[in-house]
Amino acid sequence: MATHAAHHDDHHDDHDHKPHGFFNRWVCSTNHKDIGTLYLIFSFTMACIGAAFSGVIRTELAQPGLQFVQPYFFNQMTTLHALVMIFGAIMPGFVGLANWMIPLQVGAPDMALPRMNNWSFWILPFAFTLLLSTLFMPGGAPAGGWTLYPPLSIQGGASVAFVVFAVHLMGISSIMGAINIIATILNMRAPGMDLLKMPLFVWTWLITAFLLIAVMPVLAGAVTMLLTDKYFGTSFFNAAGGGDPVMFQHIFWFFGHPEVYIMILPAFGIVSEIIPTFARKPLFGYQAMVYATASIAFLSFIVWGHHMFTVGMPLGGELFFMYSTMLIAIPTGVKVFNWVSTMWKGSMTFETPMLWAISFVILFTIGGFSGLMLALVPADFQYQDTYFVVAHFHYVLVTGALFSIIAAIYYWWPKWSGRMYNETWAKVHFWWTMVFVNVLFFPQHFLGLAGMPRRIPDYNVAFSDWNLISTIGAYGMFLTPIMMFVILYSSLKSGEKAKAVSWEGAHGLEWTVPSPAPFHTFATPPIIHAADLAHGDVTH
Amino acid sequence: MKFFDSSKRVGAGLGLGALLATASSAVSALPVPWQLNMTKGVTKTSQDVYQIHMWAFYVCCVIGLIVFGAMIIAMFKFRKSKGAVAAKWSHNTKAEIVWTVVPILILVVLAAPATGVMINMAHTADSQMTVKITGYQWKWRYEYLNWGEKAYHVNFISKLDGESDRTRQLKSGLDPWAVKSEGAQTYLLDVDHPLVLPTDTKVRFVVTGDDVIHAWWVPELGWKQDAIPGIINDDWTEIHDPGVYRGQCAELCGQDHGFMPIVVKAVPKEEFMKWLDTQEAALAPPPAAAATAATPAAEPTKG
Repeated sequence: MATHAAHHDDHHDDHDHKPHGFFNRWVCSTNHKDIGTLYLIFSFTMACIGAAFSGVIRTELAQPGLQFVQPYFFNQMTTLHALVMIFGAIMPGFVGLANWMIPLQVGAPDMALPRMNNWSFWILPFAFTLLLSTLFMPGGAPAGGWTLYPPLSIQGGASVAFVVFAVHLMGISSIMGAINIIATILNMRAPGMDLLKMPLFVWTWLITAFLLIAVMPVLAGAVTMLLTDKYFGTSFFNAAGGGDPVMFQHIFWFFGHPEVYIMILPAFGIVSEIIPTFARKPLFGYQAMVYATASIAFLSFIVWGHHMFTVGMPLGGELFFMYSTMLIAIPTGVKVFNWVSTMWKGSMTFETPMLWAISFVILFTIGGFSGLMLALVPADFQYQDTYFVVAHFHYVLVTGALFSIIAAIYYWWPKWSGRMYNETWAKVHFWWTMVFVNVLFFPQHFLGLAGMPRRIPDYNVAFSDWNLISTIGAYGMFLTPIMMFVILYSSLKSGEKAKAVSWEGAHGLEWTVPSPAPFHTFATPPIIHAADLAHGDVTH
Repeated sequence: MKFFDSSKRVGAGLGLGALLATASSAVSALPVPWQLNMTKGVTKTSQDVYQIHMWAFYVCCVIGLIVFGAMIIAMFKFRKSKGAVAAKWSHNTKAEIVWTVVPILILVVLAAPATGVMINMAHTADSQMTVKITGYQWKWRYEYLNWGEKAYHVNFISKLDGESDRTRQLKSGLDPWAVKSEGAQTYLLDVDHPLVLPTDTKVRFVVTGDDVIHAWWVPELGWKQDAIPGIINDDWTEIHDPGVYRGQCAELCGQDHGFMPIVVKAVPKEEFMKWLDTQEAALAPPPAAAATAATPAAEPTKG
């Protein structure tokens, strides 16, 4: 801004100088740290909104009979809950962590394209305003499931157009973010930061970014075809017009399966940072971990049919997808074994980030087990569209992806804020969550096996016991964002000041800058010493 | 404490394994309160599926025991507070190969029987009778197409029973536990006109949808099939035990997706033939109107 130009010239050598004024600093931000903060605040807000929708769901499902909402509204809740959590909470959470940490971890001053970075973020509040505004329109919010299968999704009212436009905007945000991440990692690493010396968080994000660029356009194509089928007389998915409803599912899940890996690879990266720090031992099998991540990403493109085992694919197709889906368990298992081997013969302490990371390994693995069971087609015929699937994906997404985001926030909080949070209260937050997340989701395995379908607002009385237990778990969980907010907020006011190397066993370039990290870091590239890096020793 | 939490999980898994093995030895036509495991069902297919499910579960339990066991031991033994000093090593290529190859072998052992069951389920030929199932918002239509060479035209809609429907209305004040059929708690699992099928007979189904995608699912039969407008899927079943088996729509299909259940009444072959012929006879028009006999498209809904 012209009026501030003189200001900037006076202070260009003060690395902690932030732009003046709320609008300049936050709305016009081109700083990876501030944009990271914006993403994380947005993610937390959306997680609370998504949790509110799940509150409606679990409250109605606490008892048989309909006590609170009509079935059509219930379907809006399940649809929005997933859309908000996936596209509003989990993905932006990981992008926020990427923005904060990737430049710090590779020794870059900022992201490659800082202005595009700003736009990537600010598209999101607009996209979600568009989406959530449908709740207040005639016909209500989309109610055909987040998977938007036609013909059902096209039966919606105005919400169809709004959800399509919202998805387009979110997709643009993700694609631009991914471009930025790849350009930063490939072009702006400090000299000496070779690819096979990068932290695993950077590797997993590099690979995730390629997945995003590959599949977000596919989702855009799929939802555009829904739009034209509804408003412009096309028949992509309308059998009467010569189209095929199942084609939507193929296109959607070609996006959808890599999407779930987009939501878990950064989690793998986070856990691969945290466990070595608190075990005081380098990550076991660093190169194997990189190759395993790349294998998972490649395989993620050829398993999409496992979301569609009951549509009536030919036998050969079903066999192919069964085998490829089972195969993807192999590199995932390799990663779990490597994390355990990192712990083995380490010298461990169990601060809060380590607790979250260890619980990730255990509970994500449980989610992986139900995933392996789901891969077996004949068994899947009994699991498909039941609460067994709901249990599976909540284990991998909540105790998996979400736990890793929480772990990362507690891990890097001292670096971001310059303060330590209260370790005792943080442990209370952790254990409370551990208990209630399992009370909430574990019984859902039983409900699915007993025969309860998903996306239903009411059920036979035989399902009532486990449903009530699950709802109690949900109510326990609703307190946890409040706990986390209070713990982190109070650390800003009265937390102990953090050191640059905030954790004894921490290695990596981010720990070579002060805590809190100055507004501008690595304005000149750092000299890299092998001892600073977690993976400086290439013989790993 | 952390290790105790993990060992609880291991212990629970083992206890669960024992429970699961016993909980489903009785063939129940309705889900039971606190049910833990899938039904074994009443067809060879459902029993094969149950076996695959249990074997996969046992494999996961064993792997879980090993992995979580190692973690618990590590969290106990390799604590800094106990004076543990971190080892220097951080890679082992042999280990990576072993824990890549061994899981592949385990997966092959799981995939082989699953493949056999899938091939078996795909053989819909040589059936005695074909039933057409059509999913509607929000009910099912059943049409008996033939018995051997003889064509049939029995055709009826099957929808949620009236008592369940009244009870499920928002804030109805009616008690779901009071909805019963012959003493069984059948709230939301009962219909006005069940699908009657013969036991010990290979029955083929052709499944489609009229408006949106639905899915036809009776857990006791061991399979589920999407009912998609514009597509005809085919399946088969052979029920061994006479009884009443209940299921639900298993693909989100709109507001009453949870309110379009399925009831299959399996009876011995002779009883079934009597029933079918009675239904067919009831369709025959009065002699005077024989020239304008109803066609399937006219959709008689007797039954």
